[in-house]
Amino acid sequence: MAVTTPKRPVPAAEQQRRMYELMTLMKLTDDRLAKGIGSGEFLSVYWPHRGQEAVAAALGVVLRSTDQLVTTYRGLHDHIGKGVPVEAIIGELLGKETAPGMGKGGTSHLAYPEAGAMLSTGIVGAGLPIAVGLGLAVRQQGLDRVVAVSFGDGATNTGSFHEAMNMAAVLDVPVVFVCQNNLYGEKTPVERTMKVATVAERAAAYGMPGLRVDGNDPDAVFGSLAEAVERTRAGGGPVLVECVTFRFRGHSYGDSQSYMPRERLAAALERDPVPAYRRRLLDMGVCSESELLAVEATAADVVDQAVKKCTDAPEPSTERLLDHRYVDDHNMPA
Amino acid sequence: MAERNMTMREALNLALEQALARDERVFLLGEDIADASGGGILGVTNGLSTKYGEDRVIDTPISEAAITGAAIGAALDGRRPVAEIMMMDFIGIAMDQIVNHAAKMRYMTAGRTTSPITVRAAVVAGMGTGATHSQSLESWFMGVPGIKVVMPSSPADAKGLLTTAIFDDDPVLFLEPVKLLGARGMVPVEEHAIPFGQANTVRIGTDVTIVTYGWGVPMSQAAAAELEAEGISVEILDLRTLLPLDVPAMLEAVNRTRRAVVVTTSVRFGGPSAEIAATLTENLFDRLVAPVARVGAQFTPIPSAPVLEAAHFPDAERIADAVRRTVGVRAGVGG
Repeated sequence: MAVTTPKRPVPAAEQQRRMYELMTLMKLTDDRLAKGIGSGEFLSVYWPHRGQEAVAAALGVVLRSTDQLVTTYRGLHDHIGKGVPVEAIIGELLGKETAPGMGKGGTSHLAYPEAGAMLSTGIVGAGLPIAVGLGLAVRQQGLDRVVAVSFGDGATNTGSFHEAMNMAAVLDVPVVFVCQNNLYGEKTPVERTMKVATVAERAAAYGMPGLRVDGNDPDAVFGSLAEAVERTRAGGGPVLVECVTFRFRGHSYGDSQSYMPRERLAAALERDPVPAYRRRLLDMGVCSESELLAVEATAADVVDQAVKKCTDAPEPSTERLLDHRYVDDHNMPA
Repeated sequence: MAERNMTMREALNLALEQALARDERVFLLGEDIADASGGGILGVTNGLSTKYGEDRVIDTPISEAAITGAAIGAALDGRRPVAEIMMMDFIGIAMDQIVNHAAKMRYMTAGRTTSPITVRAAVVAGMGTGATHSQSLESWFMGVPGIKVVMPSSPADAKGLLTTAIFDDDPVLFLEPVKLLGARGMVPVEEHAIPFGQANTVRIGTDVTIVTYGWGVPMSQAAAAELEAEGISVEILDLRTLLPLDVPAMLEAVNRTRRAVVVTTSVRFGGPSAEIAATLTENLFDRLVAPVARVGAQFTPIPSAPVLEAAHFPDAERIADAVRRTVGVRAGVGG
C-alpha cells in the first residue's frame, strides 16, 4: 500500500498557515456547539468532527473554489474547509430563518453551492453515487473541475460505495474519494466491520489507485490529496484516499462512548492534530507565537459573532412550511 | 399539429429523441440502453446512442443506486438526466437515492439545490414475469413529498408527459406500462408537452365515473363498452399523474355522476385507490349515492402462472361488475 513519499506535493508556508486557521476555526466551532448544547443554551443535534480537523483543512486548501464537495452529517469541518461561513452552518443547526436551508435541512443536510458545498447526506454511503453524477456533469461540460466526496470508514461497507466506486472507474469521472477513517462506524470499531486491513486497498477492486495517509498530519494529508486531485484534474480518473484519524466526541453529541476503551481515547487525544500542528508551525518557523495567537483570537471572534447572530435571528415562519417542496404546488396535497 | 399513428414505444422514443436534439443538457443513462447492448430491453431507447453518441446515451453497470445517484448529481449541476430503471421492481435498490435525496433536496436546502431528474421505469404486468418483475409500486412514492409520479395510458400522452417530465424542475418517476408499449394511437409529430396534474376525460358518461390511470384505462374502456350495451353510461377519468393529483377534475366528474369506481393495477389494499376514494368521500359525502368502489390487484405477490396472474390483476369483467354494483344494476338485468 502506498504511503506518503517525498515526491508528494508539499504545502507552502502560506498553505500551512491557512490549514492552521481552518483547523482552529473547525475546533472552536465544535467546542462551541458542544458547550451550547451541553449547557442547554440551545437545542440542536450534531455529529462532532473534533479530532478530524487535519483532513478537512487539507482538503479545503487543496481544492479550488470552483471544485465541488459532497460530505456527510459529520461534515461541518468539511464545510468550513470549503469556505462555507460558520454563521451559515450554525444558523442551519439552530433552525433559523436566515440559514441557507431556513432550518428545513438541519445539521446533516447543509448545502452551500456558492462555495461548492453541493450536498451533505444523512445516509451513510449515499453521497458517493451523487458525487459520481457531479463528476459526470464535469466531464460532459468539459470543465477542469474536480469533485471530492468525503465519507467515513463505515460508508465503505455499503452497497452505495461499491456501486459508486465501480461506476466512477467505468465512466472515468473526475472524482476524488476521501475516506475519513475515524476507526469507528457509529459505535463499532473497524476491526469488527471489515476483514481487510485498510480502506485504501479496496480501491484495487475497481482498478483505481488507493492512497493511505496519516489523517492527523495536515502536511501529509495535503500531499496525498494534492497528488490525487492533480492526477484527477489532469484526466487520470478517480482516486481513493484513506485518511486515518480519530473521533474524539463519539458518534453524535451526547454519546457517552461507553464502547470506547479509555486508553484508546486517551492515546488519540495525545495525538490531537490541532495542538500538534501548532507546535510544528512554531518549530518550523512558519508562524510566530504572536501570529498563532492572532489566528486563534480571530477564529474565536468569528465563532462568537456567528453564535450571537444566529441566536438573535428569527425562527422560520410556519407559513413557509409548505414552501420549497416543488417548483410549483399546483394540485399538490397539503 | 401534424399527427402520426405510432406505438407507445415509438412515442416514448420520439420524446427522448426530441429532448436530446433540443437540449444538450439532456442525457440518458441505464442498463443496456445503448444500441451496442440492444437499445433497451424493451426497445424504448433504440437508435438513440447511434444518433447522439454513447456520451449522451450511457450504458451503465447493473447498479440502480449509482444510476439514480449519478442522475441526481448531474442534475444538481444543471444537467437533465433521464435514468432508466429497467423494471420498476428494481427500484428498491435505488430507493434511498430517490426518497432521501432526489425528493427532499429542494426542500432541505430551501430551494438552493434541486434534483430535476426523470426516472423511467417499466411496469411489466400481465406477462407472466413473476413477483419481482411485474409490480406496480406507485403508491410507495405517493407518500413521499417532493417527487412527481406519472403513468401514461396512450401513445400521445406518453410522448407529451415524458417531454414534460424531462424538462420539469422536480424529480419525476415516469412509469411505462409494458402491456401498452405496443398499443397504437395518433401522436403529435412535433415536440409537445402535456402539463402534470391535468386529468384527461377519455370517455364522457352520466351514471358513474371510473377514476383510473395507466393500464387501468384500456381495461376500463373495455368495461365501459360492455356496460353501454346494458344501458349504463360510464365516464372515464384518466389521472395521468398521481402526484400532482387532479383532485378538482375528480370532484367535478363525481359530483356530476354521483357514483365512482376507482381502478388501479396496483394492490387495492393500501394502494393509490385508497387515497383517491378517501378524497372523493371526504369532499362529496353528501352527493354520493353509493359508496366509492375500488377495483385493484389482490393482496398477493404476483404469481407467474398465467391463470393465477390473471386472477391477481383486475380485468374488464371485474371492473364492469364493480360498476354494476355501484349503480345498483345486476348483470343481465339492466338496459
